[in-house]
Amino acid sequence: MSTSASQIHTDSDRENVIEVRGLVNRFGENLVHDDLDLDVRRGEILGVVGGSGTGKSVLLRSIVGLLKPTAGDISLFGQPQAQVLAEYEQGKNIRYGVMFQDGALFSSLTVRENIKLAISEHFDISDDLLHPLSCMKISLVGLPAHSATLYPSSLSGGMRKRAGLARALAMEPELLFLDEPTAGLDPVSADGIDQLLRTLRDTLGLTVFLVTHDLDTLHAICDRIAVLAEHKVLTVGPLDEVAQYDHPWVQEYFSGPRGRIVTSQYTDA
Amino acid sequence: MTKPGIKMQAGDSGYEALISGDWTLPFAAGLEQQISVARKYSPDTTGKLNLSDLKSLDTTGGLLLLRLLGGVTPDGLAEKLIGTSSNHLLLLRTICEALQQESHPRRPKSQGIDKMFDRTGRWAVDTWTQVRVLLHFVGVVIVTTVRNLLQPWRMRWTSLVYHIEHVGLDAVPIVSLLSFLVGGVIAFLGATILRDFGAQIYTVELVGYAFFREFGVLLPAILLAGRSGSAFTAQIGSMKSNEELDALKTLGMDPICVLVMPRVVALLIMLPMLSFGSMMMGLIGGGVVSALILDISPGMFAARIYEYTSINHFWVGICKAPVFAFMIAIVGCLEGFKVTGSAESVGRHTTSSVVQSIFLVLVADSMFAVFFEQLGI
Repeated sequence: MSTSASQIHTDSDRENVIEVRGLVNRFGENLVHDDLDLDVRRGEILGVVGGSGTGKSVLLRSIVGLLKPTAGDISLFGQPQAQVLAEYEQGKNIRYGVMFQDGALFSSLTVRENIKLAISEHFDISDDLLHPLSCMKISLVGLPAHSATLYPSSLSGGMRKRAGLARALAMEPELLFLDEPTAGLDPVSADGIDQLLRTLRDTLGLTVFLVTHDLDTLHAICDRIAVLAEHKVLTVGPLDEVAQYDHPWVQEYFSGPRGRIVTSQYTDA
Repeated sequence: MTKPGIKMQAGDSGYEALISGDWTLPFAAGLEQQISVARKYSPDTTGKLNLSDLKSLDTTGGLLLLRLLGGVTPDGLAEKLIGTSSNHLLLLRTICEALQQESHPRRPKSQGIDKMFDRTGRWAVDTWTQVRVLLHFVGVVIVTTVRNLLQPWRMRWTSLVYHIEHVGLDAVPIVSLLSFLVGGVIAFLGATILRDFGAQIYTVELVGYAFFREFGVLLPAILLAGRSGSAFTAQIGSMKSNEELDALKTLGMDPICVLVMPRVVALLIMLPMLSFGSMMMGLIGGGVVSALILDISPGMFAARIYEYTSINHFWVGICKAPVFAFMIAIVGCLEGFKVTGSAESVGRHTTSSVVQSIFLVLVADSMFAVFFEQLGI
């Protein structure tokens, strides 16, 4: 992480785009979140890490309103979540995009149609503009041009992820939710996604909520990292602070064999 | 949000376009028109853009700005722009680079006579392939069935019982109700027509013949084609699109053995049973109507069925049941295996499974009718 970027983006005076207060999620006997608090600031890339089953995806789904939490308050863009969702239902003011873990592309539409779908639903834009627009998004996320006319079933896993990202970007969101964007990608492609996210953040002022296990991504682009464990956010902060946090799982995660390799690479560089 | 605008003015070399406001997706439709007007006003590509009044910019707006500028390379971008912030320049550069990669041409729509021949040819080849695939599948299932019968411990008993319950037991109420109603309707028909000849007593034979020979089997077969055949296709199809079938194979399990066999055997067992139930309910329906409007008492009805309706009619009907069951199960499972990836494909094959199995059942039934007629049974 470059020092200038970390100085700008850890500025704590920024407004919060997401505020989660006292979130409780319980499925029957299974308590996932208990009194969880989390803030995401405008223009930052927040990485969310945690062991399997600590509720990373559940947190994401609660914030975007796909899952009604058992208790707790969530506000987006300074408004209560309910208000934002009500606008969504009317198709107005689409301000966030979500990329699901396996893309969740509409299987009966081509990649291009997947991207165009929401735009042509909500805006009256001619096909003359829609076509180059979708081409641009496709090459922006690093998909080859010919993939535009392919159906999701004939894409590889990595390509599906990219297409999912292109679709999440279709409505020009200010806030982007990504569920494991680089998992299952080769290192070169994963690096490409990292670069793209950083460029979009820097140029569009995008805020990114990123669930990931990719230590390279955490090092390369995340401004702050939130560690989920014991039903809440254990600690939030820049990577070097979080890595020092005294908790067995955190230590295991950042100082285990995989973590050490990456850390040493970055300190050498 | 401020409305975006373009103002053209003469610059040092060519035109200079003053860009203002928010160049974002919600304004794209209006901007597109403004750009085409501006491009007409100054069609050359020597102009520059003055971005000092530009408020916010997203990728859609960026694309429109580049369109206004005409052809430009990422390296030549900076000198075409005046008063741009570094963020906007970076974004425009990223978009420009993305556009540099060859874009996929729109597929030209071909029309006319050659297209018609093309479709006909494809249809013919496709139909022939489908028939061969069906025959191949029938062969594979029969071989697997025989092998399984020789090794009964390899049969999936749990799965078989599950399907017997879902295919057979759960269908009993609907099959019974429907047969009862159809039995009543046939008795009505008989009553109306035969009364003119003073032969209303033959209504009993009419209901008996109809249900033993035809309806007792056809009704449950058509119901199961809609109820279970479609379920088989949807179950196997969604497993196929989720790569679960491939997963089974890699675990050394044969999808035919694990998925198809229990379904085929369950239908083979249950359709004859349902047919028997349907025959009984049809007779009861006919009996009730006869008692109510023809004054044929239930005892008389039963006695006449017993004395004047040969048991051969029952055998003619019931021997068709396993054949229909096999057809429905085979078509249902095979259509499931034909599913490719998408959810739409699951839907299409489910429809096709129901249509095909009902079609096959009716064709087979009419062939049976001719066959038994020739035998004089």
